[in-house]
Amino acid sequence: MSNPCKRRLIRDFKRLSSDPPGGISGSPCPDNIMLWNAVIFGPADTPFEDGTFKLVLTFDESYPNKPPTVKFLSRMFHPNVYANGELCLDILQNRWSPTYDVAAILTSIQSLLHDPNPNSPANAEAAQLYRENMKEYVRRVKATVEESWLDPGDSMDVDASNAGSGSSDRNV
Amino acid sequence: MSSDYELDSDEEYYDDEEMIDGTQDDASEDEMDMDDYNDDFRVDTGSKKKAYEIDYQSLTQSDVEKLMKQDIDHVVGITGVDESTAALLLRHSNWNKERLIEKYMDNLTTVVVEAGVTAPEPTSSPPSARTHSVSSACLPRGGSSSKPSSTASHSHPPPPSFQASSKSEEPEPFVCPICFDDSAELHPLSLDCGHLSCSGCWAAYITSKIRDEGEHAIRCMAEGCALVAPDPFIRNVLLPPEGSTSPPLDPKELKANQAAWNRFQELLARNFVASISSLKFCPYPGCTRTVKCPTAASKSSLTTIVPTVSCGSRGIPVSEDPKSQPSASLLKKEHKFCFGCTVESDHRPVVCGVAKMWLKKCEDDSETANWIKSNTKECSQCQSTIEKNGGCNHMTCKKCKHEFCWVCMGPWSEHGTQWYSCNRYDEKAGVDARDVQSQSRASLERYLHYYNRWANHEQSAKLSVDLYAKTEKKMEDMQLTSELTWIEVQFMKKAVEEAEKCRMTLKWTYAMAYYLAPGNEKELFEDNQRDLEKAVEDLSELLESSIEAEEIATLRQRVTDKTVYVQKRNDIVLDDTAKGFLEGRWRWNALLKALKRMLRLKRWPSGF
Repeated sequence: MSNPCKRRLIRDFKRLSSDPPGGISGSPCPDNIMLWNAVIFGPADTPFEDGTFKLVLTFDESYPNKPPTVKFLSRMFHPNVYANGELCLDILQNRWSPTYDVAAILTSIQSLLHDPNPNSPANAEAAQLYRENMKEYVRRVKATVEESWLDPGDSMDVDASNAGSGSSDRNV
Repeated sequence: MSSDYELDSDEEYYDDEEMIDGTQDDASEDEMDMDDYNDDFRVDTGSKKKAYEIDYQSLTQSDVEKLMKQDIDHVVGITGVDESTAALLLRHSNWNKERLIEKYMDNLTTVVVEAGVTAPEPTSSPPSARTHSVSSACLPRGGSSSKPSSTASHSHPPPPSFQASSKSEEPEPFVCPICFDDSAELHPLSLDCGHLSCSGCWAAYITSKIRDEGEHAIRCMAEGCALVAPDPFIRNVLLPPEGSTSPPLDPKELKANQAAWNRFQELLARNFVASISSLKFCPYPGCTRTVKCPTAASKSSLTTIVPTVSCGSRGIPVSEDPKSQPSASLLKKEHKFCFGCTVESDHRPVVCGVAKMWLKKCEDDSETANWIKSNTKECSQCQSTIEKNGGCNHMTCKKCKHEFCWVCMGPWSEHGTQWYSCNRYDEKAGVDARDVQSQSRASLERYLHYYNRWANHEQSAKLSVDLYAKTEKKMEDMQLTSELTWIEVQFMKKAVEEAEKCRMTLKWTYAMAYYLAPGNEKELFEDNQRDLEKAVEDLSELLESSIEAEEIATLRQRVTDKTVYVQKRNDIVLDDTAKGFLEGRWRWNALLKALKRMLRLKRWPSGF
């Protein structure tokens, strides 16, 4: 079973490099294809604009029959992201389909940033502010955007022109 | 009275031994076990059906599959759809044939789309469920090899379901959208929706759904596609038929796929059983049998019958971990359970509701009640429970400030300075105070009376495991010290089994008696109970007694007689109680009113 999984991940990487969707970038660790680092750029015209949010994706042999484990490394303030960076996204749980690839996962997460689901909150405070005090919500999000530029130990080149080129590896 | 039983039952008892002999020869035969079960009753009841016996049927998985097939054929006959479609429709509608057919006639398209048989009309916009998944927005971008373009590039319409599309006709080589393999060996498959992927990916997906998620409705792999794979498709993927074009499986893979297919069949049967109220799965671990009991299918029937059933198998699977090895008696235990509740496997003669209520009461009261009874008294004014842990007998209730004498419970004001002689015993006030208190104490004592006996029988039944081991030892000894053969010493085993069975009955008769209203009926009930109890105690004593070589013949005679007598007594208790329920003869005391409210049943036995 290791072959289909790795072959699929290589194809995912190829596609992500050759035809990168806007605003996301990701690549496997040089020594472990089952572990990926990714960056999602905050979508324009949203409170998350200009943020560079780092994530780590952990695959196991059951991919693509089972979704990978996805976790934010950057601190997030978002109704559907837990304090430890794990996120609550249906396509990563019960609505997973084996046709999703890394690009699809990252794009989904990107659109989740601007389009949260406050009805199943992972972060109750963020969900409450999102519903009741948008101004404060935006302020708190902007704080995490600024923080995302200063992540400790961050050696990544977050220049947008570099996105998807596969050069944004980070050793874990 | 007992001589009657001894005369004719002795002979019958020998029949029973032959029956045991038969089962030993052929213990694995399930049918034999069923006969065995019925024979137990036949020993002393003859052919007449007893009131406490419930009609039920034990079904194997293939029997259940036959029932499913009947329903499917019925739907096929009426609607004219094919078999696998009918199966999907029935599963979707929880095997409610009537409602399905009604809905089907009403609005065919909705039903087939909801059940995942066909895709919705292509003209309608794709389902854009407003969830935070952004389903359609984040489809894999249109890469050259992605799913939509590969389907679109087919010059011919999507292949019919589970028919392999012939690769040679493809204008470009097929690339599986799941594993991105493009080798010529691939065997692309799709459901009616035409979402192709290779057979290997299908197999991996289906196995993981069946094995890890226990899912019986397996949807198309494509994102957002609601089509459910019909059974023949799943079978073709997991176990490709001879001569199919798909690459051959290696033996290990084939074994895993076969296991997945078997599990799938089991899941389907479970889904069916769970949907039908007259069917229940045997709750014993590792057992795949089903019991059909139409008489106990409705909730209201449980107020008049106690549906104790047995699937006919015995024992539980031996686990590989030697530490969790079940005891010998558990290994041979009959798969007996109550069709109506999960309270206890056999709570005859009381009905499920009463058994449940009694257990709840025991849970709430038993432990603390004992302590309270022996260590406290109630304030004669506010009935607060008071513990006297030192000091003089001049008590002042903390709650109501009532002052009273601990000895006579009368008001302190009447005691003056001569409290210690407590000569006020006959004073009216003291008597009144004791009345109120003694009432609540009497109710507690009444409960404890029943509870202690109930718990005692439960304990004794549990100890029967030890008794069983002892008996086996005794049986061995007997074989060595006497001329008796193995078969002939089985009477000990039989006696232990019978004693345990009767103790379970006795246990629950105390729960029943607790809720019965005083009167002739209750007295008769308690007479039967007393006779059974006496008989069981006598039998237990016999079983515990030591064995002398020269007395074996006498002992054997006595034990056998006693066993049959006990069986008869047990039968009388069960039969009479069951009849009472059916006739609505039992009158209940005030304690059961809560239950009546709780159940809100029309058909609760009268006098309630």
